Parts: sequence; C-alpha cells; structure tokens
Amino acid sequence: MDMSIALILSQDGITNGAIYALLALALVLVFAVTRVIFIQQGEFVAYGALTLAMMQSGVLPATVWMLVAMGALVTVLDGGLALKAGQGRRAASVAGWNLGYPLALAAVVGGLAVNELPLAVQVLLTLAIVVPMGPMMYRLMYQPIASAPVLVLLIVSVALHIAMVGLGLLFFGAEGQRTPAFSEFSLELGPLMVSAQTLWVVVVSVLLIVALYQFFERTLYGKALRATAINRVGAQLMGISPTLAGKLTFFLAAFIGALSGVLIAPITTIYYDTGFLIGLKGFVAAIIGGLASYPLAAVGALAVGLLEAFASFWASAYKEVIVFTLIIPVLLWRSLRSHHVEEEE
Amino acid sequence: MSGENAMNKQTQGSAASSNADAKNPVLEVKDLCVSYGKVEALTDASLTVGEGQIVTVIGPNGAGKTTMLSAIMGVLGSRGQVAFDGSVEGVPEVERMVARGMTLVPEKRELFGEMSVEDNLVLGAFQRYRMGKRDHAQTLEEVYALFPRLKERRSQAAGTMSGGERQMLAVGRALMAKPKLLMLDEPSLGLAPLIVREIFRIISELRRRGVSILLVEQNARAALQVADYAYVLETGQIAMQGPAHELADDPRVIEAYLGLGGKHQAMLST
Amino acid sequence: MRTDRLVLGAFLALLLLVPAILSPYYVTLLNYIGLYAMVALGLVLLTGVGGLTSFGQAAFVGLGAYTTAALTTATDLPGWLAWAGTSPWLTLAVGLLLTALVAVLIGSLTLKLSGHFLPLGTIAWGISLYFLFGTMESLGGHTGISGIPAIGLLGWTLDEGGEIYYLIWAFLLVAMLTTHNLLDSREGRAIRALKGGRVMAEAMGVDTSRSRMVIFVIAALLACASGWLYAHMQRFVNPTPFGVHIGIEYLFMAVVGGAGYVWGAIVGAGVITVLKQWLQNWLPSLLGATGNFETIVFGLLMVLVLHRAREGLWPILKKLVPVRALRKTIDPDAEPLPRRTLPKAGELILEAKDVTRRFGGLIANNNMSLEVRAGEILALIGPNGAGKSTMFNQISGVDTPTSGEVLFLGKPVAGHDSREIARMGMSRTFQHVKLLPTMSVLENVAIGAHLRSDKGVLSSAWRLDRAEEARILKEAARQIERVGLAEYMYEEAGSLALGQQRILEIARALCADPCLLLLDEPAAGLRFREKEALGELLRKLRAEGMATLIVEHDMDFVMSLVDRVVVMEFGQKIAEGLPDEIQQNPAVLEAYLGGVE
Repeated sequence: MDMSIALILSQDGITNGAIYALLALALVLVFAVTRVIFIQQGEFVAYGALTLAMMQSGVLPATVWMLVAMGALVTVLDGGLALKAGQGRRAASVAGWNLGYPLALAAVVGGLAVNELPLAVQVLLTLAIVVPMGPMMYRLMYQPIASAPVLVLLIVSVALHIAMVGLGLLFFGAEGQRTPAFSEFSLELGPLMVSAQTLWVVVVSVLLIVALYQFFERTLYGKALRATAINRVGAQLMGISPTLAGKLTFFLAAFIGALSGVLIAPITTIYYDTGFLIGLKGFVAAIIGGLASYPLAAVGALAVGLLEAFASFWASAYKEVIVFTLIIPVLLWRSLRSHHVEEEE
Repeated sequence: MSGENAMNKQTQGSAASSNADAKNPVLEVKDLCVSYGKVEALTDASLTVGEGQIVTVIGPNGAGKTTMLSAIMGVLGSRGQVAFDGSVEGVPEVERMVARGMTLVPEKRELFGEMSVEDNLVLGAFQRYRMGKRDHAQTLEEVYALFPRLKERRSQAAGTMSGGERQMLAVGRALMAKPKLLMLDEPSLGLAPLIVREIFRIISELRRRGVSILLVEQNARAALQVADYAYVLETGQIAMQGPAHELADDPRVIEAYLGLGGKHQAMLST
Repeated sequence: MRTDRLVLGAFLALLLLVPAILSPYYVTLLNYIGLYAMVALGLVLLTGVGGLTSFGQAAFVGLGAYTTAALTTATDLPGWLAWAGTSPWLTLAVGLLLTALVAVLIGSLTLKLSGHFLPLGTIAWGISLYFLFGTMESLGGHTGISGIPAIGLLGWTLDEGGEIYYLIWAFLLVAMLTTHNLLDSREGRAIRALKGGRVMAEAMGVDTSRSRMVIFVIAALLACASGWLYAHMQRFVNPTPFGVHIGIEYLFMAVVGGAGYVWGAIVGAGVITVLKQWLQNWLPSLLGATGNFETIVFGLLMVLVLHRAREGLWPILKKLVPVRALRKTIDPDAEPLPRRTLPKAGELILEAKDVTRRFGGLIANNNMSLEVRAGEILALIGPNGAGKSTMFNQISGVDTPTSGEVLFLGKPVAGHDSREIARMGMSRTFQHVKLLPTMSVLENVAIGAHLRSDKGVLSSAWRLDRAEEARILKEAARQIERVGLAEYMYEEAGSLALGQQRILEIARALCADPCLLLLDEPAAGLRFREKEALGELLRKLRAEGMATLIVEHDMDFVMSLVDRVVVMEFGQKIAEGLPDEIQQNPAVLEAYLGGVE
C-alpha cells in the first residue's frame, strides 16, 4: 500500500465515519432518554435516500402513504382519547397535525412535478415526509409499553426493523438507487481528489453535531431531554413528561437518519435493506461510547469507518466479519466497566 | 387490613378532629388508597391543607408517608379523591399537577447530577416555560436571594454538592415552578442537625411568602415546631391528627415511633 | 386416566398418523415446523426461562448443517478425519461437539455481557458467522453445498419427507421431554432463577454464570441438531437460512408461541411457519410485487403480541385445553437431607470489628462493631438513612468494608462471594423481597436447599434425580409448614401478600440449614397475628441454637423479641444494650424524634 491509497482509504473512512457518528449520536440519545435500542435507525437512512431518489425519478414516494397511515392511527388513538375527555379543541389539533399535515403533504408532492424542483426543495420534502414518522412511531409502538423492560423494547425495535425492511421493498422495489451528487466540483489536496459529496457529508455532519450541541446546552427543551436521560423521575416531577421527551427524541433520531440517507445517497447505491448494516455500524460506535458518551461514540464512529475502509482493501470479503467481530471485545470491555447489578426484568 | 396494631391507638384524643383552621383549602384529600399488588400501603387517608398553612404528616418509617405524597402528585396510581386549588382531579397526573401549581421535593431529591446548579433550577420552570410563562430569569433571582449558597455554586455540577446544598437545590428547583403548594418529603433526611435547622428556617420563611406547605417528616420534633396542623400516619392509616402544638405534647406520638407500649411518658417537648 | 395424558396421547397419535392422512405438502410443512420448533425450544430455555435474548441462533443451525454437509460430501478428507464422513450419525456427533465448543467459546465471551449488551452481541456474532459461511470457499461460498446424502436408520434410507418426518418429530419430542424434565429439577430451579433472581440465587449458593452457560450450550445444541436434520432433509445447504434475519424469526417464534413455555415452541413455530407460507402465497399477488413481504406482517404481529399478550399464545391456548398443572406430591418417606451440626449456644458466630465503609467522601459506616452468638437474636436499628443497609451488606459479603473486618465462624467474610458465604452457613432474606413470582411457594423454598444436594443437568434431564428431588421437596415442605405457610404451598409466590412473601423468604433461608440467619425487615407489611407468629418462630429457632441478626423498623416487634439491640445513626453506633435500656436511652430518643432546640 502506498501513501495515495492510504489517503484514499482514509477519505472513505472519514466520510463513512462521519455518517456513523451522526447515527451513533442519535442512538445514544434515543437510548439515554427512552431506553429504546433504535435498531430501525438504518431504515430511516434508507427511507430518506430512497424517498429522495423516487422524487427525482418523478414518482410519488410511497412513504407519503405510510405517513398518512401512521398519522391516521395516531389520530384515532389520541383524538379518540381527547374526545372522550371532552377536549374538542385538542382532538382537532391532533387530527390537524397527524392527518391534515400528511394529507396536505401528499397533495403537494403528488400535485407538483417534484422531479423538476430544485434539489434543496426535494431534500426538504423528503425530510418533511420521513421525519414525522419518528414521533408517530414512538406514539404507536413504544408509548403504550414505555415502562417495559429494555429487552422487550429491544424486541419491538427488531420487529419494527423487520417490518420496515419489508415495507421498504414494497415501496422502493428491489432495485438499488443512487442519486446525483449535490454539486459537481472536486478539490485537489496534494495527491488526493476530494469529491464535493465527501465535503458535503463531512461539513453537514460537523454542522449538525454543533447544532445538536447548542440545542442540548442552550435551549430549555434540549436541557429537558438531557434531564430525562439523567433522571427520569426528577424530570417528570418538573413536568417533563416521558411521552414528550420520547417523541422529541424520536423526531431528532428520524431527522438524523433521514438526513444521513440523503447525504450518502450520491456516494453509495442504497437498496431497501442497506440501512441495517449502516445502522449497525453506527451501533458499534455507540457501544464504544457505552450507549452513554457522545464524544466517545463519535471517536468510535471514525474508528469504525477507518477500520472498514482499510479492511475492505486488505480483506474485502471479510470486511463485515471484521467490523462485527470487533464489537464483541468492545461489548466485553464495556460490560466489564459498567458495574450495574442485574435485574429486575 | 393491616390496621389491628393501629386500631388500638386510633382515637382522636383531645385534638380537634379536623383541620378547622384551613380556610380556603388548597389541597383536600379524601379517602385516598394506594395498593402495591395485593398489599394496601395507604388506606382511606384524608387530609386538608389550608392556604398559607404548613401541614405536616409525621410517622415512623414505612408508615406510607412517601406513598401518600407520590399518590397526591400522580406519580403513583391511587383511588380516592384529590381536590387541588378548588377543582377535583380524577386521577392526578404529574405534568398536570405541576402545571396547576403543585410541586414535590422527593425524598431522594432526584437532582440532575451531571448538570449545573443553574440548569437544574431553570428546568424547574420547564412547565411554566412550556405554557408560555417565560419569566424564569426573574424567578431564578428570587430563588438565589433565598439561597445565596446556590448562586455561589451556580455553575457547579449538582452531583458534586454536599447533602445540605443538594436539599436546598431540590427545594429551589421546586420553587422555580412558582407553586401554590409545595410538598416536601423528609427534607431533613440524612442531614446534620445544624443543616436541619437551616432547612426548617427556610420552610417557615416560605410560608411567610404565602406558599402552602405539606411537610412529611420522620423528625417529628422539628416538624411539629414549624407546622400549624399535623397528622400522624401509622401503617398506612391516619392514626391521629390535631394542631401541631397539641400533638407535640402527646405521649402516643412517641409510642408510634419507639413502640414503648405506654411504658414511658417522656414528653416530646421536654 | 388423567385428562392431560389423554390430550397428550391424542396429540401423539395424530402426529403418528400425519404422513398417512395428509398430503406431502402438509408433511413438508410439518417437517419445517418440527425443525424450527427445535430451535425455538432452545430459545424458550435461553430467553423465556433464562432471560438471555439471542438473535444469533440461526448461526448455530448453520454450524450443524454445514458441518454435516461438508463432511458427508467431501471426497478428500484427511486421514484422521475420514471416519467422520462415512455416516450422517457420525457427523451429528461431530457437529454437536463442534457446536458445544463454539458455544462455550462465544458464551465465555458474550455471556458476561450485561443486560441489553448481550442481544446486541448475538446480532454481531450472528452476522459474522453468516458472512463466514458465505465467504469461505471450502463451504461453497454463496452457492452452497449440494449432494448431501440421506440419513440411514436401521437399514432404512430416510430420503422422503414422510420418512424423515418421524425422525424430526422424534428428535423434537425427546428434546421437549428432556427440557421439561430439566426445568422441573434442582438445576431447573436454578435456571428459572436466572431471569430477575440472580442476586437471590447466588445468595442461595447457585452458580448463575454456570447456569447461564448451561442453557446457552443446550440452546446451541438444539439448534445444531435442527441444522443437521435440515441439511439431510434438503440434501443441500447455502448460507441464506442461517442469517441474522432468520435468527430474528426464531426469536419471534419463541415470543409469539410463549417464550416461557416448552409447548410455546411448537405453537410459535407452527403459527409463524404456516403464516409465512400463507403470506408468501398471498401477499405478492395482493401487493402486485414479488418479495418477502411477510416480514411486514411478522414485525407488526410481534409488536402487537408484545403490547397485548407479552406471555405469548400458549398461556391463552392452555386455557382452552382441559389440562391442569399437576401438584407436586411430597413423599413423607423421603430421607431427610443431611444437616450441619449447629454451634453450641453462646458460641461466637458473627463478629464485626471496626467496620468502616466510605463511598467517596461519604462515610456510610464508621467504626461499627457488633457480635452475634449462637442462640441469640440481635437487632440492628436506627432512623432512615443511618447506614443499616450498608452495614447489612458488609456482613452478608455483598460489599467489602474500606477498613475493619467481618468474621463469620472465625473466618473473614471479605473476599468470598455470596455462594461461598452461603455454603459456610449464613442465610439471608432481602429488604426488597426477591422471589420468583410465577413459581410455586414450594419451589421457591426448594431453591434454598440448592447446596444441600448435587444432582446435575444430565441426571435431571433423564429423571435420575428423583430420589434426591423427593428429599429436597420434603425439606422445603417441612420449612413451609414450620413458618406457617402450609396452606399456600402450591400457590404462585407472587400471589401472596407482601408479608407472607417475607415469611416465604425466611422459609427459603431456613431450607439452606444455616447457623446464622440475617433478616432484613422481616416484619414489614405483616399483620398483627402474623407478627406474633413470626416472633414465635424466631424464638423457637433461637432455642434451637440459631444466631439471628435482624434489621427492623417495627419497634413493638423488636423490643418484645430480641435479646440485644444495636442502634445506629449517621453511620455510627450510638447505643447498644438490652431492649429496656435502649428505650430509655436519651440519645436514641433524640435520633428517632429529632433534636430539641
């Protein structure tokens, strides 16, 4: 291996590592606040990428209908509760956000020639479709069993992952998609050609991480999420309901997932089931941070990205084996360090 | 029922049989029951807190004091009736109770250990902020005025403070919600006597500022000194009640704590 | 004839007749159900009973399938291994051995993982093994291995679905029987304690790490056997059925069927397999596209099951079948278990010398000393937060003092784990009751006798443990009668009132035949009469020479029962003496009622 290959591999590693870092941050956040292990994070990545790809090919993305269906269910449940409690205005607001919004969005996306819109608008529409699925998913799938043991929540996540992969196949078909790059220049750094998309990925990741940091340090809602993660009972006594915290967290996680998908869609071909492996690598990173430390998770993500890039050069067939076997010593190290004594499931 | 033991002592004695001084009751609890599975931890507890009153619930460990506060706050499910600030709650729900002006300082403090003192305090105003009342900067100054110590340590992590400072932070955080009723669960627990005295001084000061207080204490002597009215809780039932100064002289209170079976007549107020 | 035997007999007869009355399509379907149920059965043991979630079982199925496929089709086996390729029965043995080795290796790495890290670990090694199957050239890569021979048995060649059917279901039924036997034994109780009762089990002398490994290996072996059968039924293997997504499907089967129940494995495998067939035929035409859309339904079904019926379908089905669980019979003639010789009254049993425990800057215990002698009850009391629980932990060996030492029968407690301390004769109850709520009172108490018996996994599985089991149950029943819970012996422990659960813990502790009893708030939640009965029992034990240390808040109870009292406040001893002296001690009065201004 010479220097230029090493540089190219490092570039790949850092690009992927930046995405893994974003996903790892979301995973840590979701786990800390809700105790949910967000296995289906990868599907949000795939849904983001493929929804954008479908818009660009001029097809109405079927994810819109998924949003409508989920919104309708939420409306029935929450609206019904509000009506029963005689809160008509609340019921109307529930219906507006969960049914009105998805339908309006469907009308806009269906009515416009979306493939002719500027890329930025397409990306915004993609996020507008995929991101609200996060809080809706929390409401429908996790809120009814919010106090269940972590393992039950984990099995729910795995089940949702399976269901979302199946739906992904239904929505997007078995064909892989790759979207055009955001911009068409490249930067020459010595022997290295840095593509524009790489810069997009790294810059947006860094900006997003900074923005998240500001959100958690400066805003009361961000602090409320941190407080919930630190002490659930204490947070509840301040009037921060676990439901609010859960929905907000899932909103952020879905946003990070979908945006990651949009960012990498021009770099790799995304299939309906690609998300799982991408998400799991974010997981390896999150676990390096013990599902608790954000900076360690980010460092872990870069390490995973680099390891993967170099492994694919030296032993490409065993790339995945190497990355996923690495998790076991890491898990072991983590679980020996965390001295929590069982129980009571 | 787990009350045979308590039954022997369940008389109203010379004390008045209800908190008659409580004009404009802020809190009225009627026949509150809480069960853990098949075990009833609280049985038909009724109490009243009047506006501007300090009402205390004393009783030995395990009597159900914490359970009662948790049920009133809505942290625990319960049966019975809780009327707060003039309107009846079906089943109390924490967020709504906070929004309506009830706060609880729990026995374990439940601070946000890794966050700064100031962040802890500001979060106390979360519910008000959410409802559009964004006056927390001003409330913060008021709390700092009451607890200058917290202002000195505003940027320190809450988890690194001493027991007494943590208790002050917990109280300060609860005050950030500008409560009508402040419920304190064992504020003296595990604190050295000097700090206990300081805490009780602050409780009296809060009452002067118009906050109604429901104080749960094991430290009966201190509680009875600051309170207007007192209830004695024993094995999940209200065993005695009366004006605080009357209960302070009642030998049966010692019995409840030390199981002297009437052998000794040591007075609480000696 | 008992109805449960009738139902079982009818079920078996039906199974026997299947190939004669059903079309090959259904026979094949039942073959798959049998194969899957075997893997799911392993998960029942591992996840449902033992509380260890695994998404990686499909990899073990693959190990079994690939071992036999590689060995029976290879033409150039090295000489030392040539014998293995000659018969599928030999490759089964090789496969099981290999799987056991791999399981022990993976288990020793991942079973230490706590809580949610374990299932994540299983996903990781599940993926790794899957990719290994797919990339190793010698295993045929992604195309796989074909031309696997059929299994021969006593001159038959099982090369048709209707023939291997009998082998598959015979394997499954034997596996179910042995699993059922295992769970209903000394080892089985230890395994059932893994889920949510590890601290308690360790305190009763159970080596829970070993029990976890045992069920992990058994589950892997069941999966391996299923893989072996699969390879010889299909006569062809490739990596697809051994991926992590199939591993997830196995877990779904166990959870949907009822992960806590042996029969749940068949129900789950049946429901998921039939549903899968049906959905695979029906969904693509409905949706107008081809693909594995059944996963959508499975995923949502799974969420629904976890929301609405977390115990799975079997408990619901069981209500429809007229079968009641049998009560265990107590054999009055069983030989009593051996007893230890109790120390003579007055002998020093427990001695804490200047025990100090610091947590960071906080001193939870400061120079605490106390002693307990045989035939004496000592009470440790103090207001909330005085440090009693910390002291209790130092004495019971859960925690180690910063300085000072605790001697039990003259030997230091520090440095020994709960199991060794239990073996030395110290037995305890817990402040927050720790019992297995769905197990009967009798079985909960029987866990206490774990160290007084020694039959292992194999004897349990093949019912060679019955004589010892009868002795254990008799001892448990004796202790239950002694504490006055005889009428609840067959009730689920979780259905008892809290006070009775505390008494149950005392019976369990007594079942270990201790010489020192540590009781953490035994009277909390008891009614007046129950307290009297408990006091009576403790007095009786004292007369027999038992040393007892109790931490208790109920002063009426303490003062009328104990010989001596030690009072703590702020981590220190503030008074020690006879109950009467303590009640008049001004320092104690102040500690409890607060200072006087």
